[in-house]
Amino acid sequence: MTQSLTSRMSFSRLARRDWREWLTFLLFVGPNLALFFAFTYYPLLRNVLLSFQDYNTFTDTGEFIGLTNFKDVFTDSQTSVIMRNTLVFTVAVVVIILTLGLLVALLLNQKLRMRDAVRSLVFSPTVLAGSAVAVVWIYIFDPRNGLILQLLKPLAINPPRWLYDPAWAMIAIIIVYVWKNLGYAVVIFVAGLQAIPNDLYEAARVDGANAMQRFRNVTIPGLSPVTFFLAVTLVLNSFQAFDLIRIMTGGGPVNATNVLIYRLYELGFGTNTSVGRASVIGLVLFVIMLIVTILQLRLLERRVSYAN
Amino acid sequence: MSLKTQRFIGKAFGYLGLLLLIVFIGLPVFWLVIGAFKANKEILTANPQFLPASFQFDNFTKAWTGAKFSSYYINSIATTLMGATAEIVMAVTTAYALVFIRFPFRNAVFILLLIALMVPEQVVIVPNFLTIANMGLLITKGGTLETADFIKGWLAIFLPGASIAFGTFLLRQYFRTIPMDLTDASKVDGASHFQTMLNVVVPVATPAIATSGLLSFTAKWNEYLWPLIVTYSDQLRTLPIAISRLLDAEGNTEWGVVMAGALFVVVPVIVVFLLVQRFVVEGLAAGAVKG
Repeated sequence: MTQSLTSRMSFSRLARRDWREWLTFLLFVGPNLALFFAFTYYPLLRNVLLSFQDYNTFTDTGEFIGLTNFKDVFTDSQTSVIMRNTLVFTVAVVVIILTLGLLVALLLNQKLRMRDAVRSLVFSPTVLAGSAVAVVWIYIFDPRNGLILQLLKPLAINPPRWLYDPAWAMIAIIIVYVWKNLGYAVVIFVAGLQAIPNDLYEAARVDGANAMQRFRNVTIPGLSPVTFFLAVTLVLNSFQAFDLIRIMTGGGPVNATNVLIYRLYELGFGTNTSVGRASVIGLVLFVIMLIVTILQLRLLERRVSYAN
Repeated sequence: MSLKTQRFIGKAFGYLGLLLLIVFIGLPVFWLVIGAFKANKEILTANPQFLPASFQFDNFTKAWTGAKFSSYYINSIATTLMGATAEIVMAVTTAYALVFIRFPFRNAVFILLLIALMVPEQVVIVPNFLTIANMGLLITKGGTLETADFIKGWLAIFLPGASIAFGTFLLRQYFRTIPMDLTDASKVDGASHFQTMLNVVVPVATPAIATSGLLSFTAKWNEYLWPLIVTYSDQLRTLPIAISRLLDAEGNTEWGVVMAGALFVVVPVIVVFLLVQRFVVEGLAAGAVKG
């Protein structure tokens, strides 16, 4: 019907209609896109410029100083510690959340009583303010009045001093981060499990596959697109650890929990600021994001072509 | 082992798993709530008990009046309303345009959005801070603020995060599942795109819009880093920053008051979450599974 309608239309009417469509499109998309240009794309470019400048906040002028900022950042002995912390934190939370999330999803996919209530409970920490979660867990970890201390006392176990101990502080942050974000992975995995057609399990059963084989050959491949989606978003979201780190440890003790996003804040807005070096860290973060995204797109591509 | 005992053992492990899960996730929440009702001397004692000897509300009044929570509430409500409304409106219009309006560079626009999706806003805080400063939106003066200062301060918090990529992406995935017949029928009836969007697409896509709306609402309400950077006056601070300031640097924190403050921040989100949660699980999952 649309075909005959358009063919009957005269050229000028068609052109006018197109114009109106385009105008409407721009009107609908414009505000969102304009804000992205002002506060996402433009700052990305400006960030590159700033990283080559000695920027003066009072006069709002920058003087080009070549690679000095990069040299300062990469020769700073703190930087390697911070890079290692970032790697440890990101890999740990992504791997733990994916593994634990899958296990919990498999559990909540069983026919058990109360499972819907438990699913809501598991998801609920993801909507809580990071700063509220941080203060609650400081109280839980507190070496004098904390919950963990109280729970372990009857067992005569002395818990570590958590946030005050350089060896345990990062572990504490990871625990809290996993607690807060596990529910997100669970919800996505449960949806992924329910999207796997039952026929596949039936067919595998007919072929004599046991539960473990069905899991390996039906569930795992069936979940791979969802796992991919989760891995990407978990890496991108790992920056939200800033709230926890800033409130729980302030990057300490002795840089034990200092990660790139916290270093960016310190350099940009802390006591000893340098816009140029902060921009270098921003650039490093962006490049890491880009590499992660491209790698994952590559993986996805290979998987898709393999499937074909 | 008979099949029946095998099933029984499976069920038993299942419930054991549920119990562990409830303890791991629930205990900190429980600790937060009862902490808010405990008197300080009950918390600081050498032999603390799980449940408070008597439930009392002192901590709440102390947090509310002593820490000026009412002014933090106003700032949080204002910036969250501005931010969440802008995000929901723009997510719906952008996603509608990407799915239902013909435009030669539609795919290019979509790719621009995908790029934005890959850039966490935390990465560009330094240049964005300079932009906001150049716009004259930073309120650095002390003393009592005037209405104009509040509006500027709220705009400073609101603007950089007003655009929306993830919600748009989520809604686009959902809108694509709406049968074209529905929108075509509306167009044949002579409805404009604006009318079709409001009367046909929005009602059908309620779960996805509720999900995206909840995500926007919680993200704005809970936001910490950006408001921390662009607010200097205590009168402009939002709730998440306020609770962290209840902690005592010397280690003599009044935990009851801090927990009460945390509850002030957390309860509104929990209420909204409970209202829309049945949509959310479905909506979030749709984005991932169909995406």
